[in-house]
Amino acid sequence: MADFEPTIIAFVCNWCTYTAADLAGTSRLTYPRNVRLIRVMCTGMVDPQYVVKAFLAGADAVLVSGCHPGDCHYINGNFKARRRIKLLKEILPRFGFDEGRLRLTWIGASEGVDFAHTMTQLVDEVRALGPNDVRSQMVL
Amino acid sequence: MAKIAKIEVTDSNPLTSLKGFFKSLLETGELKGLMVPQHLPMKNVVMPTLVTDPEKLEGADPLAPVFPLNAAKLVGRLTRKPLHGSVAAVLRPCEIRAFIELVKLKQGSMEEVVLVGVDCPGAYSNVNYPRFAGENRDDATLKFLGSALDGGSTAFEDFDISTACMACEHPVPRNADLSIGLFGVDVNKELIITANTDKGEDILDKVGLSAAEEPGAREGAIAALVEKRTAYRDRMFEETSEATSDIEKLNNYLASCVNCYNCRVACPVCYCRECVFLTDAFDHEPVQYLSWAKGKGMLKMPTDTVFFHLTRLVHMSTACVGCGQCSNACPNNVPVVELFKTLASYTQKAFAYEAGRSPEEEPPLSVFHEAEFPEVTGGKH
Repeated sequence: MADFEPTIIAFVCNWCTYTAADLAGTSRLTYPRNVRLIRVMCTGMVDPQYVVKAFLAGADAVLVSGCHPGDCHYINGNFKARRRIKLLKEILPRFGFDEGRLRLTWIGASEGVDFAHTMTQLVDEVRALGPNDVRSQMVL
Repeated sequence: MAKIAKIEVTDSNPLTSLKGFFKSLLETGELKGLMVPQHLPMKNVVMPTLVTDPEKLEGADPLAPVFPLNAAKLVGRLTRKPLHGSVAAVLRPCEIRAFIELVKLKQGSMEEVVLVGVDCPGAYSNVNYPRFAGENRDDATLKFLGSALDGGSTAFEDFDISTACMACEHPVPRNADLSIGLFGVDVNKELIITANTDKGEDILDKVGLSAAEEPGAREGAIAALVEKRTAYRDRMFEETSEATSDIEKLNNYLASCVNCYNCRVACPVCYCRECVFLTDAFDHEPVQYLSWAKGKGMLKMPTDTVFFHLTRLVHMSTACVGCGQCSNACPNNVPVVELFKTLASYTQKAFAYEAGRSPEEEPPLSVFHEAEFPEVTGGKH
């Protein structure tokens, strides 16, 4: 498993976590290349279907990350996202998905250090979990 | 205190008396129409009909052990804009619960409808009902009632009522303005009508039935039925959870699905005008298929089968009432309702929600609280 490189899909909001990723870059912080960022305007627009698709297409983990509670630029999109992730966490583990493969975090625009740290930690944890079964078992 | 009245049954034929009751409901002049399932004149198929002429109720039979579709969507269509008058709709308990969900999703309104719920001993699938009834209409229904009520058998030849009905823990209507009681009632002598709301009471007063009391046997009969159904349901939950406990098993479970999407069309709470699975997003490029196939050397076609079912689960399971029309509509006997109802039990529990329980409860994905589900974000708010 030493050479297993996980693929992680991260839905990040334009205003907070994406900006934090930018800050991490301009601050020359490094984090593993396993994370593929998908910028969305708000975590509140992440249809749970997108997360399902990412997993079925072979993602080893999915991260949804937005503004801290109270900081959402659309007032409450992050609260809606939290309910959707809760819903996914009820459904996906019933079909054998490890709950640790789905994360929701709040990373603010100024938290470039936190962003790089969270990504590094997430990649380590998912590497320890091993590949998502879907990769070997799905024939779509 | 709910107001209870009785319909006298003559010649041991509760259907004739029920038709008489519907006729008198229309004749009160309070209703613009009455929606009720009827045996159609052209063929022995039971379909919801909208009746405005009290003389056109000869085929009315809400007790026939079949419902070809969940009529909640039709009631939604009738009530989505003002009618400037009331209609009544005679529905099964699961149809009322689905309608409550649709109202909360802004797909119908309770303002101008009198919901008439009927105790439901269950129904056969659309395939099995004709085998049970043949050309018999009312007689088949009376035969079914004769054996099904009060703990009797619903089995016929090699089949029984549908799995959804066997696992249904809500055989008695809730949220109905008027409810018609069969369980624990001697239906050869009388039927019990309960007015649960002011709206129901107003119209019941105008029909002028004699007052009655709830038969002593009713509570026990309902409790026994619910206990039997709940035990069946819990076994179904266990078996389904086991049969789908990893992605390979889920693949097997859904293997005979041909992506016809009938389950979605038949689903009373799947209300999107344009389902995402019919949009351009799923008009994959031809080269995309080849590229997917190359990944493993083989690609099952049609694609997106598991994706479709998982998407329906995330989109609709919190509104699932377990009516079983998905399975009824499936041409390939995929056990869809088993999967949906099982997952719905988990998702609805997670939000302390129950589909169809109350018009006042907000659908869980339309609301939120500032501090909740700390486990989702690793203990941090």
